[in-house]
Amino acid sequence: MPTKRRYSDLLPALIFLLPGLILFILFFLGPMLYSLRISFFAWKIVHPDQSVFVGFDNYQRALSDPIFQRAIFNTLAYTVITVFVKMALGLGVALLLNQNFHGRTFFRVAYYLPVITSWVIVSLLFEYMFNGQAGLVNYILRDILRLIPKDIIWFADPILTLIPIILLDIWKGIGWAAIIFLAGLQAIPTELYEAARVDGANSSAQLRYITWPLLGPTIVFLVVVLVIGGLNAYVPFQLITHGGDPMDLTHSILTLMYEATFGRIDFGYGAAISYLLTVFVFFVSLIELRLMKQQAA
Amino acid sequence: MKRSSQQRLGTLLRLVILILGLGFVLLPIWYMVITSFKPQTMIFELPPRLWPRTWTLKNYVVALGKDNFGLYFLNSSKVAIVSTFLTVLISSMLAFVFARLRFPGKEALFTMFLLGMMVPPVMLIIPQFLVAKWLNLFNHWGLILVYATMNISMQTFLLRGVFENVPRDLEEAALIDGGGPWTIFWKIILPLSWPGISVVIINTFLYSWEEFAWANVAIKNASQRTLPIGIALFQSEHLTEWGQVFAASLVALVPVLIIFIIFQRHFVQGISTTGLKG
Repeated sequence: MPTKRRYSDLLPALIFLLPGLILFILFFLGPMLYSLRISFFAWKIVHPDQSVFVGFDNYQRALSDPIFQRAIFNTLAYTVITVFVKMALGLGVALLLNQNFHGRTFFRVAYYLPVITSWVIVSLLFEYMFNGQAGLVNYILRDILRLIPKDIIWFADPILTLIPIILLDIWKGIGWAAIIFLAGLQAIPTELYEAARVDGANSSAQLRYITWPLLGPTIVFLVVVLVIGGLNAYVPFQLITHGGDPMDLTHSILTLMYEATFGRIDFGYGAAISYLLTVFVFFVSLIELRLMKQQAA
Repeated sequence: MKRSSQQRLGTLLRLVILILGLGFVLLPIWYMVITSFKPQTMIFELPPRLWPRTWTLKNYVVALGKDNFGLYFLNSSKVAIVSTFLTVLISSMLAFVFARLRFPGKEALFTMFLLGMMVPPVMLIIPQFLVAKWLNLFNHWGLILVYATMNISMQTFLLRGVFENVPRDLEEAALIDGGGPWTIFWKIILPLSWPGISVVIINTFLYSWEEFAWANVAIKNASQRTLPIGIALFQSEHLTEWGQVFAASLVALVPVLIIFIIFQRHFVQGISTTGLKG
């Protein structure tokens, strides 16, 4: 309904855009381009003008570095497992909470509690719970469930170390997935369910033919955001593995980037790693969006 | 008759599953709480207890009196409050433009802002470090400006969806009364979008309160550290004093909890008013 407007849009638009645009250019767009430049140099942080152009050398070094390859493996395993489990359990919790019953608000807040805790704090907490000597998890596995004969030293083995990190992310992330699903569920008109009930559809048929298709956009949003978040994992890896212990085998891509940059002061190499990750994230997101659109059509 | 007993069974089953899940969710938090009340000698006791034999407040007294904890708490509060305020203001101004105004190049500009959702904050640390060095921003303003920037993409995206749902008729009425875009933004759009803005407040406050990676490189001066840095350092300096680490951690969680409780009423409703629904 384009009624005649009394003001022209361009000038107010500019004024409203200005503060955001300045911040965005100064701390996002500019840095991104600058980082691209750095990645092609053997960058000297003290005398940037003496930096030597090295072409794709930093990228090649990264791709042929076994520590980087290991970091890719760790990050991918972490992402695939956590996204899948969080989506499945989050949907389950949302379906259970999307009905009227006493104590619903209590459950909602309780399930959301891990989401609002801070990464630093819960990373330390999981490190303590998975402690090799007298840790709670070992105690439960050995003495209560009797699944293991003796204590597991979780943080001495590069694969076992991933388990607490993955469990931490699942524990902290279910509530968020659930609340997004819940919002999606509540946007589905109840008349659809009533009509289906009149037609004699049972609840599993309703789930399959109404809930599932109409949750499409919610699922797309969740997959895209969770995968981006997973590939960018940093704090839990940094704090639980203390930057790649044992023997640099437990890095995520970003902890390795951080160590190369601020530990070894190799800014060019760090920038190359972050660009490799960004390009990868970008294409994964595009592919996800494309696939989902196809499925919806 | 049959239907109602079936329903009751369903409700019972749902409650059982929910309570089992609750155990998984709350156990770590409970363990943190009771550890913070355990004396140091029982931190590694076998078997580990979910109900300590002796309770003590000593961890809180020691941890809170140590290492400038109070100062870090104030620093974090200041940074989180200002970042949240700036993000809400800037994102809603941007979202208003994208939801309501018309000018050439709007879609391209919006897409550019969406780029910010795809790029990992940590990857920008290197160049942001150089920008901060250039502008002399190794202080709280450096944190605030970067936090606001890292949040505006996602929050603008959410708020655009919210603002698009505000009925246009109200706007027409304001126009007839001679109001300009500022009046519409301030008097109509913002007051009607409260649930959506609550979501933005929770998201941004949480992010700024717990951010670690950028604060870790941008703050050099010990007196300007924020809580996450303070707690991580504390743990690496006092490796086995878990009681004190968790006492400090739990106090650090209180503000987030308060913000969440204040704004959670609007939370689910707020999310479904954003662009996420079908």
